[in-house]
Amino acid sequence: MNYLVAFLLAIVSYSLVNNVIVARFYGICSFVGVGGKVKSAASMGVAVSFVILLATLICYPIYHFLLVPAGVPFLDTLTYILVIACLVQVVGLFIKKKSPSLYKSLGIYLPLITTNCAVLGVVSENTMSNLDFLTSLANAVGTSLGYLFAITVYACIRVRLESANTPKAFKGVPIALIVAAIMAIAFMGLQGIGQ
Amino acid sequence: MSKSNHRESFVSGIFANNPLFVSLLGICPALAVTKSIEAAIGMGLLFTFVLVCSNVLVSALRKFIPELISTPCYIIIIATFVTLVKMMAEAFLPELYSTLGVFVSLLVVNCVILGRAEAFASKNGVLDSLLDGIGNGIGFTLAIVLIAAVREILGAGTITIGQTFTFLVGEGDPTRLPILKGPGYDVSLFALTTPAGGFLVLGIVLAIIAAIKNAKARKKAVDERLAKEKAKAEAMAAKAAQAAKEAKQ
Repeated sequence: MNYLVAFLLAIVSYSLVNNVIVARFYGICSFVGVGGKVKSAASMGVAVSFVILLATLICYPIYHFLLVPAGVPFLDTLTYILVIACLVQVVGLFIKKKSPSLYKSLGIYLPLITTNCAVLGVVSENTMSNLDFLTSLANAVGTSLGYLFAITVYACIRVRLESANTPKAFKGVPIALIVAAIMAIAFMGLQGIGQ
Repeated sequence: MSKSNHRESFVSGIFANNPLFVSLLGICPALAVTKSIEAAIGMGLLFTFVLVCSNVLVSALRKFIPELISTPCYIIIIATFVTLVKMMAEAFLPELYSTLGVFVSLLVVNCVILGRAEAFASKNGVLDSLLDGIGNGIGFTLAIVLIAAVREILGAGTITIGQTFTFLVGEGDPTRLPILKGPGYDVSLFALTTPAGGFLVLGIVLAIIAAIKNAKARKKAVDERLAKEKAKAEAMAAKAAQAAKEAKQ
């Protein structure tokens, strides 16, 4: 029971208190790039979440049962990026076979998941902070939920932003970053929960 | 390639095609490591090293890498250099390594490095790719140092020297130069050192750059119109003079 509570608390902490985008700054490129398309943002979020989860599940045993016993823990980054790249390929093939319509709607975002910092960021963070398996898993689940939440909410705001009358110099990315700043302030308010 | 082209590939990355401010790539490190100027300089150095090395190697191997699997090849080349940089930073600059944290590993998926490999090094010679790497490295470093300077000076109110680069002060404590915060006064804006401040500063800097560009474009349009009107007026005057001349005859 204690484990379960700790696990759930860790998920809350990683998803809301230390939100992947507005507090840890992973995956901002995709965050800003997807822009004001709610549907693409949501499907991108789901795909990234899936890859984060799988990558964590695969990379944890690879690091602890392969790289460390072999005496080459410094190869972690290289191994992780290979695992992630293969994983994205496999997930792409799987989606293509099972649901061609989803594959079409994800389109160019699929290959971009490989270079999404959120995936490599979570996996590297788990290794760097020496987290145990359950905490790593909580980090992965929390980060995925946080990413999905932040990118969808952000896309919704940006839909409204496009029709808003912003100053000419702020049009496009600058105002989007200001909005992200306001979102970050909102998430900062949640930091009290962590203590 | 001629000399001017070499110069072009070097200079273009610094201002005209600045990776952060113009191409909007590499925003993650630009927000995450810009709390202090020193961390930004350190990140810029590591970034430049990886970019230059990967550019040179990708360019040298460009005839051997099959196009179908080019991106995975680039990622592996970049990851190799990142591993190298990681080990060097851990050994020689441990404070820098712990300050930057995961973001050293995340250089592997940095859009700027991969983008330069795809867009430039895979199509150009080794020397040009080297210059392009140095130019883009300087451009990115300048950009993140600018953001870090705004955030540290306005946010923390002081400039700290020797916290990340400990060799600068030897055994002593880091030196803090008071600017907005010192004995007896404090007008610093704490919020700018928080994550929200990072987004805010980058957004405002981008808006300022856009405003300057807009003003330049407007000025150019006005100049062109004035030049056209002037030419028109001159042509009319010439015509009138001609007509007057003919009337005289």
